[in-house]
Amino acid sequence: MPNNKVLAIRRQNFAGWSMALPACLLVFTFLILPFFMAFGLSLTNQRLVSPNPTEFVGFDNFRQMLGIGLLTMEPDVDDTGNIKIDQEGNPIYPRVRNFTRNQDDYPQYFKKREWFRIGLPNDKMLVVLSQDVVFMKALSNTLLFALIVCPIQAGFALGLALLINQPLRGINIFRTVYFAPVVISMVVVSLLWRFIYDGQNGLLNALLQMFSLGLFEPVDWLGNTTTALPAIMAMSIWQGVGFHMVIWLSGLQTIPISHYEVARIEGATRWQTFRYVTWPSLRNTAILVMVIITMQAFTLYPQVQVMTRGGPLDSTQSLVFQAVVRGYEKQDISGGSAISVLLFLLVLSISLFQRYLTREKD
Amino acid sequence: MPAHKMVGLALRYLLLIWIAMIFIFPILFMFVSSLKPDLQLLMDSSSLRAFLPVGDISFNNYTSAFDRAPIFFFIFNSVMITGITIVCSLFLCSLSAFSFVFLTWKGKGVVFAIILATFIVPFETIAIPLLLIVNNLPWIGLEGFKTSWINSYHVQIIPFIADALTIFLFVQYFRDLPKDLVEASRIDGATWFQVYRRVIMPLSGPIVATAAILKFLMMYNNQLLWPIMVVQEETYRPVMLGLQYFFQLNTQWGEIMAYLTIITIPVLLFYLVLQKAFIASIASTGIKG
Repeated sequence: MPNNKVLAIRRQNFAGWSMALPACLLVFTFLILPFFMAFGLSLTNQRLVSPNPTEFVGFDNFRQMLGIGLLTMEPDVDDTGNIKIDQEGNPIYPRVRNFTRNQDDYPQYFKKREWFRIGLPNDKMLVVLSQDVVFMKALSNTLLFALIVCPIQAGFALGLALLINQPLRGINIFRTVYFAPVVISMVVVSLLWRFIYDGQNGLLNALLQMFSLGLFEPVDWLGNTTTALPAIMAMSIWQGVGFHMVIWLSGLQTIPISHYEVARIEGATRWQTFRYVTWPSLRNTAILVMVIITMQAFTLYPQVQVMTRGGPLDSTQSLVFQAVVRGYEKQDISGGSAISVLLFLLVLSISLFQRYLTREKD
Repeated sequence: MPAHKMVGLALRYLLLIWIAMIFIFPILFMFVSSLKPDLQLLMDSSSLRAFLPVGDISFNNYTSAFDRAPIFFFIFNSVMITGITIVCSLFLCSLSAFSFVFLTWKGKGVVFAIILATFIVPFETIAIPLLLIVNNLPWIGLEGFKTSWINSYHVQIIPFIADALTIFLFVQYFRDLPKDLVEASRIDGATWFQVYRRVIMPLSGPIVATAAILKFLMMYNNQLLWPIMVVQEETYRPVMLGLQYFFQLNTQWGEIMAYLTIITIPVLLFYLVLQKAFIASIASTGIKG
């Protein structure tokens, strides 16, 4: 008998492994292996095709990308000790390249470029220098994108979910319509909106002019450094809000009707019902929605690829777009991998944050 | 019904309709514009005529779009890549989920934990090293031996077959099925594979639909980042990359709108027919957290 039992366990071991193996092997080869390779490659100077052997370079790629220098400049002074002033009355500052091209006197600024500058009191000027300005813009744009899109999209989605959750005739038609953009490819959506945002014949300008009775001045939404990223944000919210509406909706529908009846008998106002009945039950849904939106926002790519390719003046660069530009277009596998690793660390921190928030309740 | 309730109801519907228009207008604009010649398209887009099929309406943009690009070819590529991936994914992922749920084997816990951990790895973060991998993988196909997977169908299929979400969806569904079913058929002498094929899978219709829809949306709609990197030859290009055709030499917006309509309308129709299933499958990704 024991022999039979051992045999049965062995058989089940074999059957279990062989059924799970194909999928697991694929996950291993095309997900886990490249994941660890990203870490390894980011510490080398690997290129897609290269005659030179690959070398280990430590954290050079990261140092290169994240290298920052702070430079405080005083305005230029003329012979009499007065501050030099330009035609518009603003003080004139020394050229940044005086510092960044001078290895002997300012080794800490060498080869860095200006990222942005902030005026300080007493006419001083703080210049933030970066080793890799394009990467810094990609990083800050991606974070800004997540920071702004996340609350707005989650808020709109909740509003829509509450609207759709009403017992009205034909409400399913509206649910279907609100969700429709989700099934359309972001590539298609981006191209459509490129047309809508157009500065000359764009639909958005036309509509705004019509509703403002001609007061609105047409804007080249995607051609302007100040409006390009907000335009992409607005479009992304338009496309994705239905997705999160559905998740909110499934959260709303888990709330027992009896809770609402109690609130009604107690004479609660509509706001009180939402505040004390609906919202507390949605806590975990809220965390989930925020996390999904943040992760989607971090991987911002097709919009940038189709609409602006990072421009104008790098105002719409994103991490994934830069990873593709470097890893594929410039065949710089190690540089692209380093960006991927940073991106993953961002995603991981959000995920751990979610774990922390949801654990608290249990 | 009292008057103030009627007004309240009317206002609610007005709000619902107003919001619906925000979601519909770009789609309507796409479709209507695809019927207009370029000159009229550009003129109309500065007024509400942009949403009306008026003026010089024809399917000319569609015929010239087909003349300009091998559209059937792109659609065939996309449908084939998406279709094969879905079929293989459903089979292999459900098979491994079956093994995770119903069988006991050494190392199961560890392997399952590792698979689940890959949840939080977005594809975008592994794309670059994956490019290096597929660039160096050998392949034996109809054209003989090749030392790289670049420029092929399988490079767009095989890496996407297995994923944590699909496996997890099946595992969750299988866990709720009665275990007695499996034990009964095992006692009747069925092999494990027979139990999977004849007992479990026939009960799994809803989850198969959910997994298939999610995979479809992921594959058909997102064919941009990866194909841009691994497919330079147009023979293997999916519909999203086919767009590049319309931006070479004198861009005709009418043709672009026609192409966008061609690649979007089937998905929208598919969605309208199966909307309950579509929405349910998106809602089911909510469980994943």
